[in-house]
Amino acid sequence: MTSTVIQVVLPQHLRTLARVGAEISLEVEGEVTQRSVLNALEVRYPMLCGTIRDHVTQERRPFLRFFACQEDLSHDSPDAPLPRDVATGKEPFLIVGAIAGG
Amino acid sequence: MSKVRVLVGTRKGAFILTADGKREKWDVSGPHFAGWEIYHMKGSPLDPDRLYASQSSGWFGQLIQRSSDGGKTWEPVGNKFTYDGIPGTHQWYDGTPHPWEFKRVWHLEPSLTEADTIYAGVEDAAMFRSTDAGQTWEELSGLRKHGSGPRWAPGAGGMGLHTILIDPKNPQRMFIAISAAGAFRTDDGGQTWQPINQGLRSQHIPDPTAEVGHCVHRIAMHPSRPNVLFMQKHWDVMRSDNSGDSWQEVSGNLPTDFGFPIDVHAHEPETIYVVPIKSDSEHFPIDGKLSVYRSRTGGNEWEPLTKGLPQSNCYVNVLRDAMSVDSLDSCGVYFGTTGGQVYASADAGDSWAPIVRDLPAVLSVEVQTLR
Repeated sequence: MTSTVIQVVLPQHLRTLARVGAEISLEVEGEVTQRSVLNALEVRYPMLCGTIRDHVTQERRPFLRFFACQEDLSHDSPDAPLPRDVATGKEPFLIVGAIAGG
Repeated sequence: MSKVRVLVGTRKGAFILTADGKREKWDVSGPHFAGWEIYHMKGSPLDPDRLYASQSSGWFGQLIQRSSDGGKTWEPVGNKFTYDGIPGTHQWYDGTPHPWEFKRVWHLEPSLTEADTIYAGVEDAAMFRSTDAGQTWEELSGLRKHGSGPRWAPGAGGMGLHTILIDPKNPQRMFIAISAAGAFRTDDGGQTWQPINQGLRSQHIPDPTAEVGHCVHRIAMHPSRPNVLFMQKHWDVMRSDNSGDSWQEVSGNLPTDFGFPIDVHAHEPETIYVVPIKSDSEHFPIDGKLSVYRSRTGGNEWEPLTKGLPQSNCYVNVLRDAMSVDSLDSCGVYFGTTGGQVYASADAGDSWAPIVRDLPAVLSVEVQTLR
């Protein structure tokens, strides 16, 4: 199985939790999808389990969004391929906290 | 020299306040986990430097943090709280069945006898246990499945299991309380449970004396006398002298018997403390005067304790897990407010002074006496 190195950007609170900087280089095996990226992320940073998607249902937590290449991918299938620029590491996969406050 | 460590959970992080036995000069550490809700923190009675914190956020869900050095450093441990089997339903606000859904951990209670065992009370109401210091959690589902579970309903603040008391003379016996289901007891370490709500009267349910459905806000006990329980209910302060088999009201001369916390003096099992709150729709002290009330007779006869507390324009609340006592001589009493103050009394409530005034809203206060 081939692997690819992609870039992932976490929201501030999860960077603190995982003790990482603004952008993570992440090795992803197989096709680069939301699911494969999150699987790889949780293997490398197990403290993130349950913070981005539900432990049991594996559904995205409601107040988080997935962006890439100026597109909102939050409602795409978790098994849909991510944009080519994400899969090649040219553009980051952004995990973003929904805006709050007024 | 004895020390006191006060663990404060707030809407936007955790704070640790420490002082020597005089309790006059305080060191403030924090915010830890800045920006996260810290519903509760508590230390192990067997290893006081082992602390646990319930950390949650609407964005990122539930985390549990553990410290092995008294809160200087922390590490995230297990946060997978999965109900045992098919969760089933409880009553929703409109009376319809609603699936059990995990939301957050309200309360953490380390075992009195097993160093790596800790209990968690969660919303939607259930009790979990970890026997590996928080790495993994299993539900003690005998509570949720004992029979009345489908009739439980959330209070306005959610259906949380917020009180866990372990009998120091018999670790197999535990008492828990749920808003708004009531109080329950296990005599076999959490395998089976029974409701212990006889004597409670609640006007917000169709049958005021029903077996379950009571909005219990907090239960307290003195460790030397675990068969005597004190309860602050939604309305009414109650007392049981038979391990919860029956309750009688001890509100006595309180100006209002609505409130959230209740606690017991460390050395006087008949001395108890409450913070009267005006009503269930006006969550602040009567006339803007913040008062702790103390009974030295186990209830019924109460005296206001106001020295050092604001006596005008004070409209804060004191939440159910936000009062605690130390075991120094004399007993220290502590409470935190939704206005961000943490007040301390080093003389059993006779006088008070703020340790801090401007924290985020305080959700919980626990005190460790370190010798």
